[in-house]
Formats: sequence, structure tokens, C-alpha cells
Amino acid sequence: MPSPLQLNGNGDAMANNEQIKSGRLSKAEVDENFADLHPPLTRSEALIEADRCYFCYDAPCTTACPTGIDIPGFIQRIRSDNLRGSAHIILRENIMGGMCARVCPTEILCEEACVRNTHEEKPVEIGLLQRHATDPVFESGEQLFERASAIGSKVAVVGGGPAGLSCAHRLAVLGHDVVVFNRDGKPGGLNEYGIAAYKAIDDFAQTEIDYILSIGGIELRNNSTLGADIELDELCEDYDAVFLGVGLAHSNDLGIEGENLDGVINAIEYIAELRQADDKSTLPVGRDIVVIGGGMTAIDVAVQSKRLGAEQVHMVYRRGPEQMGASVFEQALAQTSGVTIHHWASPERITGDDHVTGVEFAVDNSDEGMRLDADVVFKAIGQKKDAGPGSVEIEAGRFVVDIDRKTSMDGVWAGGDCVVGGDNLTVSAVQDGKIAAISIDRYLRDS
Amino acid sequence: MADLKTEFLGISSPNPFWLASAPPTDKAYNVNRAFEAGWGGVVWKTLGEDPPIVNVSGPRYSTIHSNDRRVIGFNNIELITDRPLQINLDEIRQIKKDWPDRAVVASVMLPMNEESWAKYLPMIEDTGVDGFELNFGCPHGMSERGMGAAVGQVPEYIQMATEWAKAAASIPVIVKLTPNVASVVPPAKAAQDGGADAVSLINTINSIMRVNYDTLTMYPTTDGMGTHGGYCGEAVKPIALNMVAEIARTHETRSLPISGIGGITDWRDAVDFLALGASNVQVCTAAMVYGFRIIDDLVDGLSTFLDDKQMTLGELVGKAVPSVTDWQYLNLNYVEKAVIDQDLCIKCGRCHVVCEDTSHQAITNMVDGERHFQVIDEECVGCNLCVSICPVDSCISMQRLTSGNDPRTGNAITDEKLTWTGHPNNPMRKTD
Repeated sequence: MPSPLQLNGNGDAMANNEQIKSGRLSKAEVDENFADLHPPLTRSEALIEADRCYFCYDAPCTTACPTGIDIPGFIQRIRSDNLRGSAHIILRENIMGGMCARVCPTEILCEEACVRNTHEEKPVEIGLLQRHATDPVFESGEQLFERASAIGSKVAVVGGGPAGLSCAHRLAVLGHDVVVFNRDGKPGGLNEYGIAAYKAIDDFAQTEIDYILSIGGIELRNNSTLGADIELDELCEDYDAVFLGVGLAHSNDLGIEGENLDGVINAIEYIAELRQADDKSTLPVGRDIVVIGGGMTAIDVAVQSKRLGAEQVHMVYRRGPEQMGASVFEQALAQTSGVTIHHWASPERITGDDHVTGVEFAVDNSDEGMRLDADVVFKAIGQKKDAGPGSVEIEAGRFVVDIDRKTSMDGVWAGGDCVVGGDNLTVSAVQDGKIAAISIDRYLRDS
Repeated sequence: MADLKTEFLGISSPNPFWLASAPPTDKAYNVNRAFEAGWGGVVWKTLGEDPPIVNVSGPRYSTIHSNDRRVIGFNNIELITDRPLQINLDEIRQIKKDWPDRAVVASVMLPMNEESWAKYLPMIEDTGVDGFELNFGCPHGMSERGMGAAVGQVPEYIQMATEWAKAAASIPVIVKLTPNVASVVPPAKAAQDGGADAVSLINTINSIMRVNYDTLTMYPTTDGMGTHGGYCGEAVKPIALNMVAEIARTHETRSLPISGIGGITDWRDAVDFLALGASNVQVCTAAMVYGFRIIDDLVDGLSTFLDDKQMTLGELVGKAVPSVTDWQYLNLNYVEKAVIDQDLCIKCGRCHVVCEDTSHQAITNMVDGERHFQVIDEECVGCNLCVSICPVDSCISMQRLTSGNDPRTGNAITDEKLTWTGHPNNPMRKTD
């Protein structure tokens, strides 16, 4: 994809503006700012934290986990020094348990449900424990799964993100051969191109994918876009089943004046470039930044801009803190990182001649309005799916699926962000892929 | 603050906390530090014949830890003092001179012949020690040589050696008992019959801590081989308390003074021993885990407790003994039910699953489709399991039924006491 910053381009979108430049911070400062957000637990820390788990019956944390990981079970195995057993419990339900340990908003999932909240308002650090249990497996590459004997079936998985890879892995374990068609140059989807860099350091996304593919039986074809390089009808002919995990490829537009000015950028594209940069201190960053949106992507781009050295970062959301897609923890992270969050303000106009100079907002219950200076404006108000194959039933721009993640089209399943009900969480995408794979397996064995 | 000054067999100490015979009392350096810290007395690490024994130069201790490495249980294979007798005697003499208000008792272990006792006890007594403690308890090493627990497990030997000691000594003699017996009463009785002024208990329990999971040998080892050690620390306290209470409530031995030992870590543990019949207590493992400074909490906690209770130390001793009885005398008409305080319940569900799996299926997990834990009185036998395992203090309590019928049995609640001795189901019941 072309750089949203057009670093090397002619007729630069941003480079003409003297406020947008790299090197606002030294490489050492940037490296420190992008170090692991939650450093891993030591063995002692993990043992002590594991001891805090009450081993609840019918545990609320497990119920709260979209992939239904037996959390008390894996923590008990940490406690008894059986890390491999612990990792197996996690990964058998969630093959991306390593990434989810890093990026899940645990404060609104398992850790919110932890009964320790009632007791002492401090949940067990389930995310960190999950990372403690799974890290050794990804470091050693030890295979914890065995493939069932093949039945000669072949499944196409479209999309190399969490949903697609989860589906592919489960299918491979169940004995099917899988081809993954991935749009990008690297697999991983948002794990690789989205997500704040400090949540998945040291190229963890690719380490995890290497592990997933090491099960065998999965062929990965990069740079294969549905509708351009491949067509659903052909896949349906050539394969016994198809899974669509194509995500949401396009950012939503603001639909206001000035949206096409230089310096107005889709947050998701900037984050992708940031994730791929070997030396983040070379990335150009604006001085006054306005982020429009209230979700995780908005937080990620705001915090990362600040950590790259932006002087002023304003995040503006049209509703209140309770309605924000970003969790309370993420909001606090933004604020402690120096991001100013404004609520109840909707963008009306982006100002500037060629390059953006500011954004004007209407403010709820106020006649005054608000104007923020900006040399970069990030749009982070959600993504939408490609127009996509017309043969599959769509609702509000997303695939309609049943409880088994089966679409309206025979032999086609779908999951992740691209389906109705998708909640933009890695962990939910993994669950969709897993459920679809189990359904596909049943379908192929019955037919 | 309550006065903790203690007279035990006429041996006075500023408080009832003595350090037990063990590594902490091996030499003057340690004992000086202990007295500076405030300990009321010491039982000097067991003296024996010259030439001194030899200890291993490998691991002597091993532990059971919680995950945060809190020491729950402790074991050792150290033998008696490995220093020449004269060095110990010289140091004891100096210590007694330097600390006249503290109790210094000499632990001794000698072969089973009268000459040894007649020879050594006067030598030791000459240092000015306040009393003797006869080590008939050490379960490892020395017992292989016919001493320690090898004596303590045979009441006749206890009585014999106690008589020799009493004949050779003019100061009080305490007999230290081993818990590695079927019942501690016969050994205590033997000590009493031999003329002992008191017993102290418990010594350590035969134990192997674990295996090494890499080598699949026992752990720890000395050059690849290991041997059982003596178990102590917090984990053994209940065993010790029972043995103390048995001696304190048995008719033949109940007048025998007791020095309580076994897992005392904080002042509450001391209250347990004192209330169940000990007149003072001895501590070792807690000091070896935390250092001598734990004496501050022991002294302060016990004083505060006595103040709160408006009770003297002497009044506390034995206070709980009358509440200890045989099972057959428990009131079978008495009925309690567990009650869960829903305001405190954190809904972990542990009470439900343990009751469901291992007891009486008397706690719900769901009421009207909601996660809810509530006692089913029709099933609850009042066993206290849920109270015991609930992670929240005071969330579940036992409450007595005082009227109506027991919903489980249908039997009317009555004030009339019915014990097994008179129960209709008891074929041996006593009839009037």
C-alpha cells in the first residue's frame, strides 16, 4: 500500500508542511516509548499472581472470554509448574492466545468478571498470566497439537487475519488441507498491520503465525485479494468449503468539508506504516494532531503519535466516555500518555488551503463550537467492508451468518470483523474462525 | 500491658517464650542475640558425650513453600551439637552470668546407661543452668544410635532414663517427647513415673519432603542419597496441640506441667498452646524463617490479648482444656446450618462445587436462572466445609437451630443432650 505519509512521493501530502517531520525524539527515546506496554511476569510474579486465583466453579472469567478458555484451569497449571499444560489449555481454545494475552481488553472481558473485583477491587492479572503460560511455547516452537488423519478435503480461507488463521489452524488440526488467501504482503491482518506497536513488540505477530502454520497442511498465498486476484465463485468450485475472514478493508469517511486536504489521514493506514517501520524515529509526525473517533484505533493512533513526539494530540469524540469503544483502561492510557480527550464534539469542517490547518467542531449543548489547530488529522471512526461478493447475504455492510458462522451461501462460512455482530476484537475473530472450522469439519465429514 | 513474667518449674523468665533446643541456641553468639532481642529463655542445643557428633556438610534443611515461598513446613536432619562439650559448658556459664533474668535450660542426650547420666549431668549443672531437658525426641540420626526418639518411643526407657537423670540432677528435669508414637499419653506417663518435673512436646515428625523432579531421587540429598528428617513449622501445630491437650486432659497426666512446642509463629499460636494446657512455649522454626525479631510480635500480641480478655497468663493456661473431650461425648441433638451472607458473597462458587462433589449437595449454584449460592437446609449437615474453604472471611457462618424441626432429618430441635453413649443406634449404649 502507498505510504499515507508519502514520504518518498512527489507532490507530498505532508512533507510540504514544515511541522510534519521525523526525529522529534531521538531513536533511544522512541524505542523507550515503544517498549512492551505490559512487561512479562517473572516466574515468581506469575506464581504469586496465580495463587490469587480462587479457582472458581463455572468461572465467570471463562464465561466472559469470547473463546471460552478454561482460565482457572490454566492458572492452576501455572501454579503447579506445568506451563506446557497451561499453554495447551489456552491454545486449544484460542490459537492466538499469545496475541490475545497482549491485546485483549481484559478489563472489559475476563478480568472484569473476576470475582476478586468484588472482594478487593483488584482482579487476577489473567492477561499477563496467559502470556506467561504461552510465551515459552512460542519461544521453543514446541508443537502442542496433532493433526487428525486427512480425509482428502480442501478448504479455502480468504483472509490472513485472526479469523482466517484461527479457522485454518483448527481445520488443519481436524485433518483438512487449507489454502489461505491473504490480501497483504504478510499474514496477520490487524495483528500485523493494526494494533499499537507497544502491545506486540519483537515481531510477535509473525512469531505466532509461524507457530500456527507449523501444524502443517496450511498453504499461505499472500497478495491475493478477493474480487481482484480470486473470485468467490471460483473458490467454491475449486474447494470443498470456503471461509471468508476478510475484515473491514475501508475506513469510514467523515463526509465533511476539507476531508481531502493534505494531512487528513486514515488512522489505520498510519498505524500500518508505523507497525512496519524498522526505526520508528524516522517516521514523520505532526506537531498539532487531532484524532477524530473514540475507539481502540483512535487511542492507538493518538498515543503512538504522542510517543513519536507530537506536541499536542487531541482526541475528539462525538459522545461521552461511557459510549467510547475504547475501554476505561485505554482512555486512561491515552490521558497518561499526554493525549487530551474531548467529548460531545462533532467535526463540522476541516480548514486549510492545500494542507489542513485545523478542525471546527460543533459541541453538544453549546452555541460556541470548538476549533483545534492541526497539521495532521487522523480519521478513526471505524471501517467498512469491501462491497464484496454479491452472492452472500449482507446486512448493514456485513455478512450475515448463523450460529455456526455459516453464510446464506452453501459451502461458505464467514467470521471476524466482516460479519454482522463482529465486535472488532481479535479474540472474537479467533472464536469465529474456530466455530466455523468445527462446522466446516462436520459438513465435510457428513457429506 | 499484661505481665508475661513466667515461673515454670520455679525457673523464671520475663516472658513465656523460650527458644527450643535447635540451631538457634547452638552457641553463645546466637543466644546473646536472642536475649538482646527479648526472648525469655533458651533451651541450649542438645549436649552429648565427647567426641562430638559430626553433621553433614550438605543440605540439612528443606521446606514446603506456598507459591510466594512462605514457609509452611520445614524439615531438618541436623544432629545434636557438633562442638566439644567444654566449649558449650564455658559458653553456658558465661551466658547465665550475663543474663541472670533469663531461663537457660540444657538439652541433653546420652547413651542408655546410668553412668553417662551420673557423669555428665553434674558437670552441666555446674555451669549454673536452670534445668535439664532430656531429648527423647530427635527422630533422625541419633535414633539410629539408640538415643533420641529410640528412647522416646519406649515408655520403659523413658522412665528409666528419667530416673537416672533425676538421680544425677538437683535442678528441674523436663522430658521432651517425640510425636512419632501411637499415643503420647504413655510416654508422658512414663516420664512422670520416672520423676520428671515436666514434659515438653512435640519434637519433630519423621518426614521426607519430596522428590527431585529432575533426578527422581528424594530431595534433598547428600551426595545422591537422602534420609528422613524431622518435620516442624506451622504445618505441625495441630498435631502438637492435640498431643498437648491429650496430656492435659488425661486424668493420670493432667498435673504434669507442659512446655508447648510445634509451629508457633505468632502470638495466636502461643494462645492455642497455653489455653490447651501448656505453661510456656518454645519456638524454633519461626525464628529460623524470620529471625529472632519475631519475639516482639509474640510478646506484644500476647500482652494485648490478655489485656483485652482481662486475664492473667496463669488464668489462660489450660483454659480450653475442659472443652476437649472424646467424640462419644458430643451432643448429637445439636444442629447447625451454614448461612451464606449474600452481601459478602463474591460468587466464586467454591462452596457449591465442594459441597456438590465431596459432601452433601447442600449449596445451590443457580437460583431463578441467576448465579446464586445458597444453603439448602434440607440437605445441610452442618459440616463446616463451606465455611472452611470460603475465601472471604466471615462470609459463611454456622448458625444453631434453636427451635422447630431440623429440615434435614425432620427431628424436633431439643435442648436435651444426646451423646453416642446413650444413642439408640449404639448397640453398646448405656441404659439407665
